Amino acid sequence: MASQAVAAPRRKLRGTALLGTVPFFAYVTIFLVIPTLVVVIGAFAGDDGGVSFANVKALTNDYILDAFGRSIVLSAVSAVIGAIGGALLAYALVTSKAGGVLRRVVTSAAGVLAQFGGVTLAFAFLATIGLSGFVTVWLKDHLSIDLYANGVWLFELPGLILIYTYFQIPLMLIVFLPALDGIRPQWREACESLGATTWQYWTRVAGPLLAPAFLGSTLLLFANAFSAYATAAALVSQGSPIIPLQIRGALTSEVVLGQQNLGKAMALGMVIVVAVVMGLYSLLERRTAKWLG
Amino acid sequence: MAGVIAARRRKQRVFRWAVLVVLGVFFLLPLAAMLEFSTRNSETWPLLVNWPKLSDTYPDLAEGIVSSLEQAALTAILMLVLLVPTTIWVRLRLPKLRRFVEFLCLLPLTIPAIVLVVGLAPVYAWVTYFLGGSSLTLVFAYTILVLPYAYRAIDAGLSAIDVKTVAEAARSLGAGWTTVIVRVVLPNIRSAVLSAAFLTVALVLGEFTIASLLNRTNLQVSIELLGKSSATMSVAVSLAALLLAFVLLMLLSLAGGSKKEQK
Repeated sequence: MASQAVAAPRRKLRGTALLGTVPFFAYVTIFLVIPTLVVVIGAFAGDDGGVSFANVKALTNDYILDAFGRSIVLSAVSAVIGAIGGALLAYALVTSKAGGVLRRVVTSAAGVLAQFGGVTLAFAFLATIGLSGFVTVWLKDHLSIDLYANGVWLFELPGLILIYTYFQIPLMLIVFLPALDGIRPQWREACESLGATTWQYWTRVAGPLLAPAFLGSTLLLFANAFSAYATAAALVSQGSPIIPLQIRGALTSEVVLGQQNLGKAMALGMVIVVAVVMGLYSLLERRTAKWLG
Repeated sequence: MAGVIAARRRKQRVFRWAVLVVLGVFFLLPLAAMLEFSTRNSETWPLLVNWPKLSDTYPDLAEGIVSSLEQAALTAILMLVLLVPTTIWVRLRLPKLRRFVEFLCLLPLTIPAIVLVVGLAPVYAWVTYFLGGSSLTLVFAYTILVLPYAYRAIDAGLSAIDVKTVAEAARSLGAGWTTVIVRVVLPNIRSAVLSAAFLTVALVLGEFTIASLLNRTNLQVSIELLGKSSATMSVAVSLAALLLAFVLLMLLSLAGGSKKEQK
């Protein structure tokens, strides 16, 4: 009865209620929706403003395909290493005392380190294994090992993979720990009382249960590495090995005639890769929630 | 059975410490190296805490630090002004819009900052035209960047209380909508608002991509610039910035952790 009495004026008020959201929607339109549209539409616009597929076609140029390829290799390798390292660390924490000091300190530190990208991370590794870095010099002086005997790899793909691992492992810990917590000790006891070995428990019970969570987390790590820009930008000043650095080149250098919108086409390519990966991630996430929620 | 469990416990302890030691070395080594690197020149750290002398010697760095602090404060304020009333309002009056608002807020997660910058360049041509090229104008882009994290924090806070009942109680006692939002709902989600603000500050202090590509300055841009002229100083500033972020986020996670325990 009360709800009926309220319903009539409420319907009238909906228009004025919408007014309250105007600032938010206006702001998001200007600074999020319009930039997104600029990228999407710009990718298909010629230099004269007409519709053109020249930019998208230019994506198949060798140097752009190579950059995409290297970006994908970098993201995939750092995601897999990060996922394995992070999962081992997560398991180590799960077997420790629940709510103990160790677990709280490590998860808090991981929360910080997962955010630790950017310029500072690049400098941290320059101070560690740069040409005059702490570890480089120590290895040379004490063990006479030259880290860079076969060329300086720090500023190339192997170096980037190593550095990206530094924020991938903590991120994996954060996203994978809840799934491991969902595994109940009773399941293991049930397996053992039925005579299963440790190997059988991991391959037949815990492994399949954790697989969606593990794969999903790996995809999230992939997207994370694929979108990262600052570390690589601070580290690599010569050339543009990966796609975010190619976009930097397109934004900052003199524009090649007929390719004004090439940066937008590359940006669109990045968005598509990230969107596909995140779509798969949310599918796996749903499965994880069903099994281990 | 007890023997089996004890043996497994032992194995798990060995495994645990092996993993922790190996990864601990990997994660602490760069930090130790930064400390070692930045103390090679004994004047670096004293200079870093001596603000007048620092801003004299490295004016760009000082400008970057000041801009970053101003950007962090303004972004936090703009984010709160924009997001808190809207999320409360949508929950109370327009529940059908909630999914749409959530979608918009989480959208920046699938758009890498480097892509956003490509689209923001024309928008910022207008911003520069109307408001000038000050580094503070980055606040507009940063508010978008922090939207997913801030939204999640505030949304979690709102889900923990019964907003509707609280608001109806206040309305039946004669409160206007402003009073409901500012004096009734807001105090109830204080810790969520605080954690949203903390995350915003941490994110803005670490931002590089947008500032650098829109030719504006902040802490990270000035550190990168400094790296080209004075390696020791840039590593010292990096370490200081990192420790600051560490303290900030540690406080956040400890605050969150102690609240969970109370429940």
